[in-house]
Amino acid sequence: MTDILRTENLKIYYGQNEAVKGVDLSFPENSVTALIGPSGCGKSTFLRALNRMNDEIPGSRMTGSIWINGRNINAPDTDVTVLRQSIGMVWQRPNPFYKSIYANIAFGPKYHGIKNKKQLDQIVEDSLRKAALWDEVKDRLHQSALSLSGGQQQRLCIARALSVQPKILLLDEPASALDPVSTAKIEELILQLKEQLCIVIVTHNMQQAARISGHTAYFYMGKLIEYDKTDVIFTNPSDPMTQEYISGRFG
Amino acid sequence: MSAKLKDRIATGVIVAFSLLIIAILLGMLGYILVRGLSHISWDFLTSVPETIRAGGGIGPQLFNSLYLLVLTLIITIPLGIGAGIYMAEYAKGGRLTAAVRLVVEVLSSFPSIVVGLFGLLLIVNTFNFGFSVLSGALVLTIFNMPLMVRVTEQAFRNVPKEQKEAGLAMGLSHWKIITSILFPVALPAIITGTILAAGRIFGEAAALLFTAGMTTPRLDFTDWNPMSLNSPINPMRPAETLSVHIWKVNSEGIAPDAAEIAAGASAVLVLMVLIFNLLARWVGRLLYRKFTSIK
Amino acid sequence: MKAKQETPLLFRKHRAEEWIGRIYTTFCVTLLIVVIFSIVYFVASKGVSTFAVNGISLSEFLFGTEWLPDNNQFGALPFIFGSFITSLLAAVIASPLSVCAALFMTEIMPSWGKKVLQPVVELLAGIPSVVYGFIGLSVLVPFLRDIFPGQGIGVAAGSLVLSIMILPTITSIATDALGSLPRNLKEASYGLGATRWQTIAGVVLPTVMPSVLTGVVLGMARAFGEALAVQMVIGNAPHIPRSLFESASTLTSVITLNMSNTVMGSAQNNALWSMALILLFMTFVFVFVVRLLERRAKI
Repeated sequence: MTDILRTENLKIYYGQNEAVKGVDLSFPENSVTALIGPSGCGKSTFLRALNRMNDEIPGSRMTGSIWINGRNINAPDTDVTVLRQSIGMVWQRPNPFYKSIYANIAFGPKYHGIKNKKQLDQIVEDSLRKAALWDEVKDRLHQSALSLSGGQQQRLCIARALSVQPKILLLDEPASALDPVSTAKIEELILQLKEQLCIVIVTHNMQQAARISGHTAYFYMGKLIEYDKTDVIFTNPSDPMTQEYISGRFG
Repeated sequence: MSAKLKDRIATGVIVAFSLLIIAILLGMLGYILVRGLSHISWDFLTSVPETIRAGGGIGPQLFNSLYLLVLTLIITIPLGIGAGIYMAEYAKGGRLTAAVRLVVEVLSSFPSIVVGLFGLLLIVNTFNFGFSVLSGALVLTIFNMPLMVRVTEQAFRNVPKEQKEAGLAMGLSHWKIITSILFPVALPAIITGTILAAGRIFGEAAALLFTAGMTTPRLDFTDWNPMSLNSPINPMRPAETLSVHIWKVNSEGIAPDAAEIAAGASAVLVLMVLIFNLLARWVGRLLYRKFTSIK
Repeated sequence: MKAKQETPLLFRKHRAEEWIGRIYTTFCVTLLIVVIFSIVYFVASKGVSTFAVNGISLSEFLFGTEWLPDNNQFGALPFIFGSFITSLLAAVIASPLSVCAALFMTEIMPSWGKKVLQPVVELLAGIPSVVYGFIGLSVLVPFLRDIFPGQGIGVAAGSLVLSIMILPTITSIATDALGSLPRNLKEASYGLGATRWQTIAGVVLPTVMPSVLTGVVLGMARAFGEALAVQMVIGNAPHIPRSLFESASTLTSVITLNMSNTVMGSAQNNALWSMALILLFMTFVFVFVVRLLERRAKI
């Protein structure tokens, strides 16, 4: 397994406040890595750094390096717009565009220059199938995406992210706003997508991290406390703080 | 129990004043409609005004008002939306932004007569556009732009920020996000605001006295050559609007039925404003439902 | 990164889009700024020529009471006085009505108020000023003529018409301020056993007062700049009236009536531009006061 994504001494500041204090982490291809830790520990900030989304927050600053395919993307000459086209992202709250289901998926590929209707239809179908949504929506592709349920909307957002065939998928608590059935579907989906993607997921749900991830990183107060194979973290963590957190004593 | 008594008196006063306001509006609408509607006929709406004889109509004025409105909106909408987008999406909260915000505020507080005088000086005289529909439209643009800027900025700010985030994470350019993702969501509010602004433009008179002028050439509704002086769509001809006509009839009208004409024209004007109001509400609701597709 | 080398076209496309957006929106904003500076520059340069070219002294213009253009006397005090007195009176009449309407919509009967009074206020805001002038002339003036001395026209008629016109401005701002009050503020007062009026007078009104004043100043600004409705009912006599029911003039009314009857560049015409300059100056004063009040309302 090769590492497709790696951070080196990554520090992120909001104004004077150092939110992430020098994190080194690698993410292998075709894997799921879970980022866990109490609220405000910097895990979401770290995730948002990986596609430079923090750039959009006024006053935020980042030092250190992020290597993707051997290239440091935390460099001034990086075109973040182009960078983001190869990284998918999904948030806690589903945010489909106020458009039809079809238009939501076709939007990205169209923007990238695919004009052929048949080709677009194919991409829409493939993406929806990959997101396990095709059977539920194939008869109403031209209805508004907002008519879908919350769980369906979230899978639509995943399909939208997949439509441009990213190599990396960033998930920021993708199931925490959903009901248990929808959550199960999303988790199943993540396990399938793992075959082709490097997935990084932030989650508050310990069981979820244990169920779906190969590796787990525990963050606390902006520091990476421990990183290891998920079963090691959950059965035999080396740091007592990790032990306390995963057993639910704080956080 | 003086506290209780005071409470009752105060409540009574508040309710009475509120009822008074409602009564004033109803009284005004009633007066205008009762006096005006009886004078409105197809003939009144289409025929030419008379200066000394009775029986004149408001045809050209009605046409002028509508034509001026359309021309103004064509100029204002792209400019106002552009500036509004700048305020909502590009302006960084610095000193420059604060200055632009102040400019919008001041511009929207300028008395319309002053804006009209500026139009007289710069557009009518210096640019030599003369008393014309175009001069009027340009002045109304100045008058209307701040409103459009505010409406657009507010509409864009009300779009959930997750929409923009999704676009950014997809690697879209900021401009593409604005035009393809945010704009459709903001559109219902922008359209509602534009229609309301249109009602205001339609009733404006002070800014037009010295720009669109107080006369209308004899219009030939078979002549659609925009260069011809008698063509209704010639933008360089003077154009007295309905509002200006009401003012003129009231202050210097000598036709024996001047009061009836003023009442009839006022009724038309008020009805148009009412229609704009209702239209704005209806279109806003309709578009909102269409875009969110909650059936 | 590989993707970057493969798609140079896309790279150019989004850069180009970004430029289009920036240039277009910046152009629109720049236009706004250019317009406002031109308005100030052109009106000021014309308005100053009364003093610079025609040699009329500023103090004679501002404090002179004789407006006799044929006699080369250009005292604009009657008009300045007329503008101030009508807009002040309009604010005095409209403010209590507006505050009551706002209280009605937020404190007394929110549901009914939102359904009936709110649309009424919005409609009042939408009625064109010439229609106000027309109704003033055909209803209010005869009414005043019947019960008061004089011809019915004058400062009283002007102020009353203006007060209805600025009512929506004050009401909507007061309603917003009342609506955004924290709930617990009132609950604390009711909890102490205060009546509704005691709560309104003791807690609610003092808290929203700066916002209400903002509305009042904005209303006054509108009244000060309003031209046609006032001109139609005030009588247009160029002197300071001795009573509310005597014909008078405002800055806007004298500009409206005389601008097209005077020759561009003549002393009388320039004096009208100086009055426009006063209107412009007062706009800045009103905006400044509003800003001050808004800052206080935030604290």
